[in-house]
Amino acid sequence: MTEPLTREPASRKPILQVRNLVKHFPLTRGILFKKEIGAVKAVDGISFDLYAGETLGIVGESGCGKSTVAKLLMNLEQATSGEVFYKGEDITRLSGRALKAVRRNIQMVFQDPYTSLNPRMTVGDIIGEPFDIHPEVAPKGDRRARVRELLDVVGLNPEYINRYPHQFSGGQRQRIGIARGLALNPEIIICDEPVSALDVSVQAQVVNLMEKLQDEFGLSYVFIAHDLSIVRHISDRVGVMYLGRMAEIGTDTEIYEHPTHPYTQALLSAVPVPDPQARERRERIILTGDVPSPANPPSGCRFRTRCWKAEERCAQETPLLAVPSVFAGSDSPAAHESACHFAAEKDVVGSASVDAA
Amino acid sequence: MSTGGSGATDALMAPTPRPPGGDEGGPLLDVRDLHVEFRTREGTAKAVNGVDYSVNAGETLAVLGESGSGKSVTAQAIMGILDSPPGFITRGEVVFQGRDLLKLGNEERRKIRGAKMAMIFQDALSSLNPVLSVGEQLGEMFRVHRGMSRKDSRAKAIELMERVRIPAARERVKQYPHQFSGGMRQRVMIAMALALEPELIIADEPTTALDVTVQAQVMDLLAELQREYNMGLILITHDLGVVADVADKIAVMYAGRIVETSPVHDIYRAPAHPYTRGLLDSIPRLDQKGRELYAIKGLPPNLLHIPPGCAFNPRCPRAQAVCRTDEPPLYRVSEDRASACHFWKETLDDDSLPSPDA
Repeated sequence: MTEPLTREPASRKPILQVRNLVKHFPLTRGILFKKEIGAVKAVDGISFDLYAGETLGIVGESGCGKSTVAKLLMNLEQATSGEVFYKGEDITRLSGRALKAVRRNIQMVFQDPYTSLNPRMTVGDIIGEPFDIHPEVAPKGDRRARVRELLDVVGLNPEYINRYPHQFSGGQRQRIGIARGLALNPEIIICDEPVSALDVSVQAQVVNLMEKLQDEFGLSYVFIAHDLSIVRHISDRVGVMYLGRMAEIGTDTEIYEHPTHPYTQALLSAVPVPDPQARERRERIILTGDVPSPANPPSGCRFRTRCWKAEERCAQETPLLAVPSVFAGSDSPAAHESACHFAAEKDVVGSASVDAA
Repeated sequence: MSTGGSGATDALMAPTPRPPGGDEGGPLLDVRDLHVEFRTREGTAKAVNGVDYSVNAGETLAVLGESGSGKSVTAQAIMGILDSPPGFITRGEVVFQGRDLLKLGNEERRKIRGAKMAMIFQDALSSLNPVLSVGEQLGEMFRVHRGMSRKDSRAKAIELMERVRIPAARERVKQYPHQFSGGMRQRVMIAMALALEPELIIADEPTTALDVTVQAQVMDLLAELQREYNMGLILITHDLGVVADVADKIAVMYAGRIVETSPVHDIYRAPAHPYTRGLLDSIPRLDQKGRELYAIKGLPPNLLHIPPGCAFNPRCPRAQAVCRTDEPPLYRVSEDRASACHFWKETLDDDSLPSPDA
């Protein structure tokens, strides 16, 4: 199970390999004698690879488990089962010194720039704090200089080193968060909804900054977001999650222009496109109902309760994430991994004509 | 429109069609030169600085702007729910069905609010009362405004919930807001706004907190009900995508002013204000990929210190000396378009920058 999941040049090696990752949060009853009465299956067996220097986007609606995946990759949550290999080493089993060493190379940027920065610490202290934990990166005397350098890298005035977070706008705070993520020269940055809380004009600034930093430092990003447009813009490959499972994964063109999973198609068709003329070009699929509870997911295919293609087989047999047999051996971009018994291509974005121009 | 008693269910199920336009033949709502400021300890924040817009019955006006542009404050002033102090309406008129609401007393405004104009808020969880069942909150509209009995108002509440397609309304009417999902909660908000069949609905970021698949459901429902009841709708949003899908016309706000108004098709094809242009260029597109995003440089202005001249001048790629001194009036671009830019003509004709159509 360790061969690459998608067709990638043989020269590129995955830097992070996730295999059958599972996280169940137990539901208990009783105060003194806690009895487990079930579990919220937040992440229920997902696998993917992250290659050096690429951006893997993970999209999905709220409650699909994408943020839990982020925490598992950082080992902030203990996985129930499954493995996360960083350069061949399973980090879910590490602890103490070994874990600390790995974490230096995997950093995180959080969603909310208002609550992820300590309001009582100066910007210099916030960005410099990683050096307290990993003093080998920057010797004590060098730290202020290093922090100024980082501020400059993320486009903030190095003179702001003694200011407090409340003196900055949302976009500037997110830059501080990014500078903190960069402090230890990591190889991987996990970004959990990094621009969701920002205004559109500022969002573009931060996205451009992240792309620039990726080129400059050869970073790999796992970019988690619910905004499909942003994810397409920044990602090389995209994985679509639904209720703790990966529904479909492939390159951005494969997912956005040749989606084969009905959920991806519905998700893409629901995104409003800022072009009134696209209204006529696009086909809308409006799903009925809400996402089922992850504590009690449907049997078989998890999407079947909202799927217009669902048949008896979908309730009985869980579809595996693999290249669907109809496309096996084909060269078409529709031949990517999709967890659906009735996978069929459908262009819902209406982009083919635009891209040719 | 007399509703009362449980026999009046028809009024809700088959709304009475209204003649287009307001009672006096003019627009349903006409906001003229509205000014709102907040007097704070740090100084006076000028949140709304001369806003003009109008909505007709059956029409959707999208008010587009970033946080701090004054789009929500304008709506609060129209609804009469502005916190005062610190907020003060210093100038302007809000003419609704021929009457200036700002001249009316509290009691008269209260009668209009809910019955004639209603508001849908962004965050349904914090806008609904957590300790009252959904049915009680919906029924309250009928009890307070129409003097209905508890029993009748409950029946009306169930009808309303069916109207906004909440499944199993009869059982769910007894449930509390936390027992509903985000999309269902937003439907309750819509039901509440619709309860008394208002002529105007103001929806402040109604789908921002929702997932895209649910967002599409809710926007579709809202558009359908609007058509059916022939209501005027003011849709306040920062999402250019949502606007393109539902709006008839757009007003773009920046630093408390309207910088561009236009029918929806024209603005996406050829914006007449550099800020609108920047916004359109800075959003990534689902159906396109490749180019670097255009980023509007800098930050929105602090409302305590709005730059002199055109408020957008420090961030504008087109700014000249005149922009730093003279505040641009709202120039007439065409019969139904206007732009508050000294160089609207150049902006309109320019297609050198990356435009979304490129």
